[in-house]
Amino acid sequence: MEGANEGALKGACHCEGCGSGGNGEGKFLNPTPMLDQLECGPWPSFITGFKELAQRTEKPMLRGVLDQLEYSYNTRMGYWKGGLVTVDGYGAGIITRYSMIKDKFPEAAEFHTMRIQPAPGLHYNTKMLRELCDIWEKYGSGIITLHGQTGDIMLQGIEQDKVQECFDELNKKGWDLGGAGAGMRTGVSCIGPGRCDNACYDNLKLHLKALKHFVGQVHRPEWNYKLKFKFSGCPNDCTNAIMRSDLAVIGTWRDAIQVDRDEVRAWVDEKGVEALVNNVINHCPTKAISLRDSEMEIEARDCVRCMHCINVMPKALSPGRERGISLLMGGKNTLKVGVNMGSMIVPFMKMESDEDIGEFLDLIEEIIDWWDDNGLDHERIGETIERVGLKQFIEGAGLETDINMVSRPRDNPYFKAKY
Amino acid sequence: MSSPERTWKTIESGPHPYEEALHPVVRKNYGKWKYHEIPKPGVLKHVAESGDAIYTVRAGTQRQDTVDTVRTLCDIADKYTDGYLRFTVRNNVEFITPNEENVEPMISELESLGFPVGGTGMCVSSVAHTQGWLHCDIPATDASGVVKSMMDAVYNEFKDMRMPNKVRLSTSCCSINCGGQADIAVVVKHTRPPRINHEHLSQICELPKAVARCPVAAIRPTVVNGQKSLMVDEAKCICCGACFGACPAMEINHPEHSKFAIWVGGKNSNARSKPSTMSIVAHNLPNNPPRWPEVTDVIGRILGAYKEGGRPWERVGEWINRIGWKRFFDETGLVFDEDMIDSYRHARTTFNQSAHVRF
Repeated sequence: MEGANEGALKGACHCEGCGSGGNGEGKFLNPTPMLDQLECGPWPSFITGFKELAQRTEKPMLRGVLDQLEYSYNTRMGYWKGGLVTVDGYGAGIITRYSMIKDKFPEAAEFHTMRIQPAPGLHYNTKMLRELCDIWEKYGSGIITLHGQTGDIMLQGIEQDKVQECFDELNKKGWDLGGAGAGMRTGVSCIGPGRCDNACYDNLKLHLKALKHFVGQVHRPEWNYKLKFKFSGCPNDCTNAIMRSDLAVIGTWRDAIQVDRDEVRAWVDEKGVEALVNNVINHCPTKAISLRDSEMEIEARDCVRCMHCINVMPKALSPGRERGISLLMGGKNTLKVGVNMGSMIVPFMKMESDEDIGEFLDLIEEIIDWWDDNGLDHERIGETIERVGLKQFIEGAGLETDINMVSRPRDNPYFKAKY
Repeated sequence: MSSPERTWKTIESGPHPYEEALHPVVRKNYGKWKYHEIPKPGVLKHVAESGDAIYTVRAGTQRQDTVDTVRTLCDIADKYTDGYLRFTVRNNVEFITPNEENVEPMISELESLGFPVGGTGMCVSSVAHTQGWLHCDIPATDASGVVKSMMDAVYNEFKDMRMPNKVRLSTSCCSINCGGQADIAVVVKHTRPPRINHEHLSQICELPKAVARCPVAAIRPTVVNGQKSLMVDEAKCICCGACFGACPAMEINHPEHSKFAIWVGGKNSNARSKPSTMSIVAHNLPNNPPRWPEVTDVIGRILGAYKEGGRPWERVGEWINRIGWKRFFDETGLVFDEDMIDSYRHARTTFNQSAHVRF
């Protein structure tokens, strides 16, 4: 790559200052020559951060974890195993990690993670974050992952006998644990109406209400397997909801794209007709846009709400006025039947009032009931639908059949009809 | 753990409330944003219907942070953005301010502290990744280390906006791929069936659960030394490692035989083309800590070819769809082989069911 760091590309590290965390003789840390190589190069280094924290706090757990990580780098194997640790009244939220090689690194014998649910949209003020840091430094290692793939703040590295007290202090400051195991998981939302001009519903509010509604199932897993919500404000799907969640709530609109003709002209004046043709019209997936008398025309009936033209001309175009959500269901990654995108279950639902939110949550309850009755152990809802059938699901959840649920009608002629 | 002297009664509140975490100008214009611009890499400008404008400065972080890092970021927020900050789904930190004059000093200070400012528009953004050897119980490698090595190599592509479109990277330390679908993804591929520790297995595993976990029904009950255990039909096994998650006595990770594979063309956005899953374009790359140079080399080749040949707004998968897989392999110098032909369920949907050919 142009401008790439030569050493980094070759994988070698010859930079000065490697190991400058000061883990030489007489210092708190043991030598970690492999990990030191990760202090080279311009990207921020987690190893430097860990070493500085370890030197400052002199927490033995941090030294032990660095030693065990160095050992992993040398032996190319991982050495953590799970177990069961929870706080009073909860059955989830702590990810338990015991070292398999605690005879070698007794200081890292326990290194549990507390999953904490952040505010929707991952918004913070510094008071909240500083309180979190102070409590975490008091009881835990001081290592924080911002954020885990399910959206949690991951407080990494605490011993079992400190977990309850740490949680109580966090809980006093308004923090609660996220999910783990076969239950509702922490939700994720994009920035939504907080800043984005494309937000088609208040995804932060829906996120908060939905996760509060299912808070019992977050803390006490009772389903076949995990269930994840992600809330994206528009079809750009910045939270990766379609692939990374079982319940992908994606903002959309029902009427025509809003066009500010003056701004369209200003865009064309600035960038030229060629740019309009090549970068906007030719990229429209349904050929809904054409050039007429040098003006851009959008045929609303052909628009599939993909967002491309709005992304290219954010000042001139915006989503329609009649806004709401699409619900797609069953997205998940590899384990165990392979990658699946969520599929369209509800093409459009208004999401403006508290009644709308109530109706939405009722629908989700119906869907979960169906899954509870039909799913197998360790089966995500998308896998259940694949095994049992979309038709059966639609009937079970009391939904109406909609052509938007499929790419095309069936091509397999073997079926039994009702007549 | 319940402690007898505990006096606090848990409040099951769910997510932390967000309103107190929004900048007052954000709260004032909530849901009333008109348009946005990207004045320069790493900086966004959003204008509200009220005429208010806010500026966002976005920076890369190491993701595996510490309380010290977070406090440093809080210092920046207190100094320049009235004490408000947020994170993106791709682990970038964002500082939002209505004061344009705070933007440049903030950039200088972030950069001087080692946080690269960028990650906007047509760039290579931060990597979605997994926990690896630091914390996961089923990893074959260390995602954080791979990511650090990769981002060092593409550092300038994070800070610039010279790609045809956004490039999302992800890294996963086992085949379960918690890193997710991305334009370019690094995912571990185990290459040998699990090694069974019969002594432990009968004590720590629920046998039916381990049997049920196998996607290809390769696991069967057996008896070893008079004890109930499991066996793996190695001809059937696809080395996915799913059983290891249910039963740690079926060790799949191996220092030599857990390799790396590179996948391309995944995308979640609906823009232009529908969301897509990734395809494999390289595998059998060694797990080579601490810098994984073979992985970084392949990523560099793909990014280089895409940057050179992609048209404006084409994501990696869309670029490949236009030029065809044959040219993709030609231009990246990677080699297509028989193991890249799907051999699992619904494989025929990935075959060329047409007479379209590229020579």
